[in-house]
Amino acid sequence: MNTPIQSRKDITPAAKNTLLIYLSTTLAVLLLMMVFGAVLRAGQAQIINLDLTLFYKLMTLHGAGMVGISGLGSAAVMWYFLSKYIKLSTGILIANLVFFLLGVVLILGAILIGDFAAGWTFLYPLPVKSMNIWSIESAATYLFGLLFIGVGFLLLYLDIGLALIKSYGGLSRSLGWHCLFGNSKEFPPATVVASTMVLIINTLGILVGAVVLIISLINAFYPAFQPDALLVKSLIFFFGHVFINAAIYMAVIAVYEILPTYTNRPWKVNKIFLAAWSFSTLMVLAVVPHHMLMDFNVPTWLATIGQIGSYISGIPVLIITVYGALTIVYKSGIRWDLAAGLLFMSMYGWASGVIPAIVDATIHVNTVMHNTQWVPGHFHFYLLLGVLPMIFGFMLHITKKPSNENTMNNSDKASLFIYLFAGVGFVMAFLYSGKNSVPRRWGVHLDEWLATDQVATVFAVLIIIAFFVIASKFFLRLPNLLRH
Amino acid sequence: MNPTFLPWLITITCLLIVASAFTFVISSSRTRNEDYDDIVKRSYKFRKIFFIVFLLGGIIITSLTMKNLPYDAHAKVSGDVIKVNATGHQWYWDIDKTHFIVGQPVIFNVTSADVNHGFGIYNDKLTLLNQTQAMPGYINKLVHTFDKPGKYKILCLEYCGLSHHAMVAELTVTEQ
Ligand code: HEM
Ligand SMILES: [Cu+2]
Repeated sequence: MNTPIQSRKDITPAAKNTLLIYLSTTLAVLLLMMVFGAVLRAGQAQIINLDLTLFYKLMTLHGAGMVGISGLGSAAVMWYFLSKYIKLSTGILIANLVFFLLGVVLILGAILIGDFAAGWTFLYPLPVKSMNIWSIESAATYLFGLLFIGVGFLLLYLDIGLALIKSYGGLSRSLGWHCLFGNSKEFPPATVVASTMVLIINTLGILVGAVVLIISLINAFYPAFQPDALLVKSLIFFFGHVFINAAIYMAVIAVYEILPTYTNRPWKVNKIFLAAWSFSTLMVLAVVPHHMLMDFNVPTWLATIGQIGSYISGIPVLIITVYGALTIVYKSGIRWDLAAGLLFMSMYGWASGVIPAIVDATIHVNTVMHNTQWVPGHFHFYLLLGVLPMIFGFMLHITKKPSNENTMNNSDKASLFIYLFAGVGFVMAFLYSGKNSVPRRWGVHLDEWLATDQVATVFAVLIIIAFFVIASKFFLRLPNLLRH
Repeated sequence: MNPTFLPWLITITCLLIVASAFTFVISSSRTRNEDYDDIVKRSYKFRKIFFIVFLLGGIIITSLTMKNLPYDAHAKVSGDVIKVNATGHQWYWDIDKTHFIVGQPVIFNVTSADVNHGFGIYNDKLTLLNQTQAMPGYINKLVHTFDKPGKYKILCLEYCGLSHHAMVAELTVTEQ
C-alpha cells in the first residue's frame, strides 16, 4: 500500500520530492529556531548567562526564521492540496525554495556575521541607526534577504493566481461569489476558496513588504532620503501581519482536507462558508491598525476600525473552521492517530490564541498590554499550538501508509500530550508575564519576573523534546519516500 | 485593582470555555452517530445562539470601551495642567520635569531623537499604567494623572537596539 503522497498520480515525482524537501527544511529550521527560542527564555530567566548582543541577535533570528519558515511549511500544505484541483508548475515550486534558501543565507550572514539585531520587523530607522553595533551593509544584507524570500513567494502566487483564473474563470469564481450572490450550486472546493483568499491578501502583503524594503534600502544607501517613520511602520506591520495570517490560512487547508478522511464525514462548502472566507479576506486587511493603537497620531477612526474590526474578524474563524472541526469530530467514532490528534490540537490552539489577541485589540487594554509579553503570548498560542500542529499533522498524514487501524503507540501519545501540555504552559507563562506588565523584547529581566521565566524555560525544553520525537517520525519515513 | 486584572480574567474564562468544548468533543468522539445530518442540524442551531451571544457581547463591550480614548484626551483635559517634554534617545530618556503632584493632570509630549521607542509609565509595583509610542518626527500627547504618591518608572516599550532594556527613568510623585 502506498502513502497518500506516493499515490498521487497528478503531480510529478519532482514535485513530490520538492514538497518533501520543503517539509524537511521546515522541520530543520524549526528545531534550530526553537532551540534559539529556549536560549532566549533561559537568558531572560537568568538560567544561563547570555551575552546581550547575542540575545538581540538571536531574537531577530528567531522572529525572522519562525515567520519565514511558517510561510514555507504552510505553502507546502497549500500546494499539495491545491494541485489536486488546478495544474501548478513544479519549476516555480522549486524556484520559490531556491529564493527562500538564498534569503535565509543572506539573513543568517547579516545576523550571525554582520551582528544585525534590529528585530525581525526592521522598524525604520533602527536598521540604519544601531549606534555602530552593526554596519549599514549588514542591515542591507538582511533587507535583501527578506526581499529574496518575498520574490520567491510572489512567483508562487503568480503561478497559483494564473492557474486559478484559467481553471475557474476568475478569482471571484474561485471565491465562490457565483454561488454566494447567484444561484449556482457549483461550489468551489474549500481548498480553492482558502487559497484564493491567501493569494489575494498575501500578494498585497508581500508587495507592500517589497515596497517598504526598497524604501529602507534606498534610505540605507542615500541617507538624504528620509521616509516618514509612521508611514514606514504602517507598511511594515501591514506586511508582517498579513504574511503571518496568510501562513495560518494556508496551513488550515490541511484540516479541511484531512480531518474529514478520519471521520468519514464531508466538510461541506456552503454559502456561509463562502461568506466567511470572503469576509475574512477583507477583515485581515482591515484589522491591521490594531498594531498601532499606541501611535496617537494615527487617526482615531482608524484605531476604532482596528478595535471593532478585530472583534468581528474573530467570528468567521471561530464559527466556520473551529466550530466546523468540532462538529465533524463529535460522535464520529474517529480512530485517533498522531496526525489527527495534531490537526485537532491546531484548532484548539488557533481558537485559543484569538482570545488574548481580541482582548488586546481593545484600545483601553492595549494601553496596559501593548508590547508586553502578552503579545508573544497570544501569537505563540496560535503559531506554536496552531500553525505548527497543522503542518505536522499534514506531513505525518501524507507520509503514512493507510491502514484500517489508526492507532497511536506510546511515543505518539507521549509526544502529543507533552507538546500540548508544555505548549500551553509556555504560552500561559507569556500571558501571565504580560498580565504582570513585563515588557517584551527585553534581554534583561528584573528579579520580580524571573520565576515565571524559569518555569517557561522548562516548558520550552519539553516542547523541543516532544517536537523532536514528532519530527523524527517524519524523517524516519523520508529515505523510503525519496527513493521511490 | 490592577488594570490588567479584568482582561486577564476575561481571557482565562474564555480560554477555559474553549478548552471545555474541545474536551467535550474529544470525549464523545469514539462512539459513532451515523445520523450526521441530525448532528449538523443541531450544531447549526447552537452555532446561531453562539453567534448572537458573540455579537451582543461585542456590541456591549465596544460601546462600553469606546469612550475616553487616549488620542484626544489632551484637548479635553482641564484645570491646572502641566506640560512636559519627554524625548527618547538611544538609550536614555530626556524628561523636562520628573517631580509631580498627586491629582494634577500631566500632558507628556512624547517624541524621539533617533529611533522608535515606547514610553511606558510604571508604578512602584512595576505595573504598567499608561503608554504611548515615541517616534521620530511625531509628538504623541499622553495625558496621565498620578493618583498615588511614590516612585514611578518610565520603561522603554519599543525595541530600540542593544541597550533597550536599560532605558529606564524615574519620576517622583508627592502629595504636595
Ligand atoms: C519552543 C518553542 C519556542 C520558544 C521557546 C520561543 C521563545 C521565544 C522568546 C523567548 C521570544 C522573545 C519574547 C520577548 O519578546 O520577550 C520569542 C519571540 C518570538 N517568537 Fe518564539 N518561541 C518558540 C516558538 C515559536 C514559534 C513556533 C514561532 C512562529 C511560528 C515563534 C515566533 C516568534 C516571533 C515572531 C517572535 C517575536 C520576535 C521579536 O519580538 O522580534 N516562536 N519566542
Ligand atoms: Cu527601547
